[in-house]
Amino acid sequence: MAKLVFLGRLADLAGVPERVVEPGPLESILAGLPVELAVALLDEKVRIARNGELLINPGGITVAAGDEIAFLPPVSGG
Amino acid sequence: MLDVRLLTEPFIPGAFIGPFTNAHPGLGGVCTFVGEVRGGGGVEALELSHYEPLTLPGMRTLAETAANRFGLMGMLLLHRVGKMVPGEPIVCVSAAAEHRRAAIDAVDFAMDHLKSDSWFWKRELRGGVWSWIEPRDQDHADLQRWG
Repeated sequence: MAKLVFLGRLADLAGVPERVVEPGPLESILAGLPVELAVALLDEKVRIARNGELLINPGGITVAAGDEIAFLPPVSGG
Repeated sequence: MLDVRLLTEPFIPGAFIGPFTNAHPGLGGVCTFVGEVRGGGGVEALELSHYEPLTLPGMRTLAETAANRFGLMGMLLLHRVGKMVPGEPIVCVSAAAEHRRAAIDAVDFAMDHLKSDSWFWKRELRGGVWSWIEPRDQDHADLQRWG
């Protein structure tokens, strides 16, 4: 299994801070989520990190078992 | 010495600043900024969330960058996460240097980057309703000062 982590307002939208999903292409995983959430996660301002590393081009990635994929909306600062 | 921490409980800045200062014998100046949760405007509480794999490493990189850029002897960078009420310290940045301007500028630099370029998400409680704080243009403008 893999884990999706939702930060900031995305956690509110998802209703949970984390969600366990089947590994596979990110595109397919997002397609299995509620539409409103999937659209918010794909917003160009949302950065995506895999296992703590920010992805430059997350578009075509395949999520492996054990991966943690984090969705990071714009920060509101410290 | 770089001392960078995320704190989950209320803290007393002086308890960290004293030992930090003492760790740098021969310094010429220490500059410290303490930010507190602002009262007024009906804010009842503030909650900061972070993402463990990115937030603390990002703060460490910021401290290293500031130390190198301004030639510091040391930097203390403390940031709260979790739920806070007005009047509680939320951030403490302290820089030790041989000369005052390096210390003052380094703290200003670190604060601008913490405010606009660090992995924190804030929401505030007003009238029993939580709402997320969105990025401000001013934060971006503050960052531009440093090129």
